[in-house]
Amino acid sequence: MFDELSDLYQQVILDHSKSPRNFRPLEQPSRTAQGHNPLCGDNITLYVRLEGDVIADITFQGSGCAISRASASLLTESLKGRRLAEVKPLFDRIHEMVTTGQVGDGDLGKLAVFAGVHKFPARVKCAILPWHAALAAVEGKGAPVSTETVNP
Amino acid sequence: MPSFDQIRSDFPILDQQVNGRPLIYFDNAATSQKPLAVIEALDAYYRRDNANVHRGIHELSNRATQAYEGARARAARFLNARAPEEIVWTRGTTEAINLVANTWGVANLKPGDRILLTEMEHHSNLVPWQMLAQHTGAKLSFLPVTGDEGLLDVGQLDELLTPAVKLFAFTHVSNTLGTVNPVAELCQRARAVGAVTLVDAAQSAGHLTVDVQALGCDFLVFSGHKICGPTGIGVLYGRRELLEAMPPWQGGGDMISSVDYYESRWNTVPHKFEAGTPDIAGAIGLHAAMDYLDRLGRDRIFAHDRELARLAYEELSRLKGIRLFGPKTGRGGLVSFLLEDVHAHDIVTVADQFGVALRGGHHCNQPLMKKLGVVSTARASFYFYNTAAEVTRFIEVMREIQKFFGV
Repeated sequence: MFDELSDLYQQVILDHSKSPRNFRPLEQPSRTAQGHNPLCGDNITLYVRLEGDVIADITFQGSGCAISRASASLLTESLKGRRLAEVKPLFDRIHEMVTTGQVGDGDLGKLAVFAGVHKFPARVKCAILPWHAALAAVEGKGAPVSTETVNP
Repeated sequence: MPSFDQIRSDFPILDQQVNGRPLIYFDNAATSQKPLAVIEALDAYYRRDNANVHRGIHELSNRATQAYEGARARAARFLNARAPEEIVWTRGTTEAINLVANTWGVANLKPGDRILLTEMEHHSNLVPWQMLAQHTGAKLSFLPVTGDEGLLDVGQLDELLTPAVKLFAFTHVSNTLGTVNPVAELCQRARAVGAVTLVDAAQSAGHLTVDVQALGCDFLVFSGHKICGPTGIGVLYGRRELLEAMPPWQGGGDMISSVDYYESRWNTVPHKFEAGTPDIAGAIGLHAAMDYLDRLGRDRIFAHDRELARLAYEELSRLKGIRLFGPKTGRGGLVSFLLEDVHAHDIVTVADQFGVALRGGHHCNQPLMKKLGVVSTARASFYFYNTAAEVTRFIEVMREIQKFFGV
């Protein structure tokens, strides 16, 4: 298979898209947020349970492509146990990575698999959609966020 | 008459590698490629004849005006309209529909009236009518589509096509399903209740013979870029009596016969609807495209496109977990499908790496997608320069995609 394709669809991404983790609603979530990509119709809903300012549990539901499902799945794994204040800096790093391919300082762990996305400009929105939803959940925004009303 | 395998070289863009593989362009329902005849017509116009049209006294303006109005006469022949005055240039299908909504619609619709559409309309033949309904108090109704097979449920016309229906607007060929609608029959049914008809020919005008008199429609619209012409030019055909009774839309130069500080008199049709300097080069390019298509023969083009679609449909239906949309037989030149457990955008991204250009998404058909219970489909759409060998290769690529995603 081609190099760029396997850069985009790394094994971790294929695995998470096929068997997404934390793919269920939460009963009585502290926060929920929706992300929507009107261009492709993809939709995700994030459910967050907070203990103080710590994300005690985070899950998602919705439909999307391999990239957005894997991104949401890995996001839930990554954010569980983090403090709310950590989400925005992490969002900024992910955003930088999927638009430029630069991973930056410090280990991003499994999230680094999305670096290949930057070679596919049409797919950046798929990878970043769940992160926009996470940001909205942190900020307590009730309204769905759209990939067309925020910068990709 | 040239055969289809001889015309590949008329399209320089097709002779290239994409991602290291020979380009297979299967996104023709979005836009078609342009033959040298069209590219050269644009080039020649800008090199030799460019000037503004109408009212010019000098030689170049005469040439530009003649070429521009010659293209209009050609478009009238292309559609078998009664006269060139029945052809209004627009930017494309979308603008043509908006023009009718904003002129005929605003002048003729009132609260309680109905606008009948179908469930398979492109957003461009839906949203302008929603806006018109909001503006006038008219109501929308929809002729249903029968599930994945994608045929219009014509049996429901008895109930839906009431005397309150003032306009029935529908597509000739569905851009998502490939359905070819019985336009003449629908127009006749509409006429029986006194409803005006608008046919969206965006997916048909370049693929099959479209004869507005035989179809019996009042308005018919299409885009130049989908029929080998340039982007930015399109056609609104309107029956002359209707066009003459309609108020103008945009105001400005060319659409007036005389202007005073406080009021103006409108130009005759079709110029009444063409304010400002038009897309002269676009009309000239479209003229070349119409000549090109008719030299090939639109009936032959349709037979070729349909054969490729039939082949693709048959081969795709053998794939594991395939879901196909649109009629099993009698479809136009496109196939819409989904592979189980592979999202349409992933199909399109991977196909692109194999040099195959497809489209994935809602195809500007969001309500139809909701009805079918999907968020998107992948679509392969064909034109006369595509070949059976390309379809075979496309099917191989679909098998590779299933392997890649472990389906």
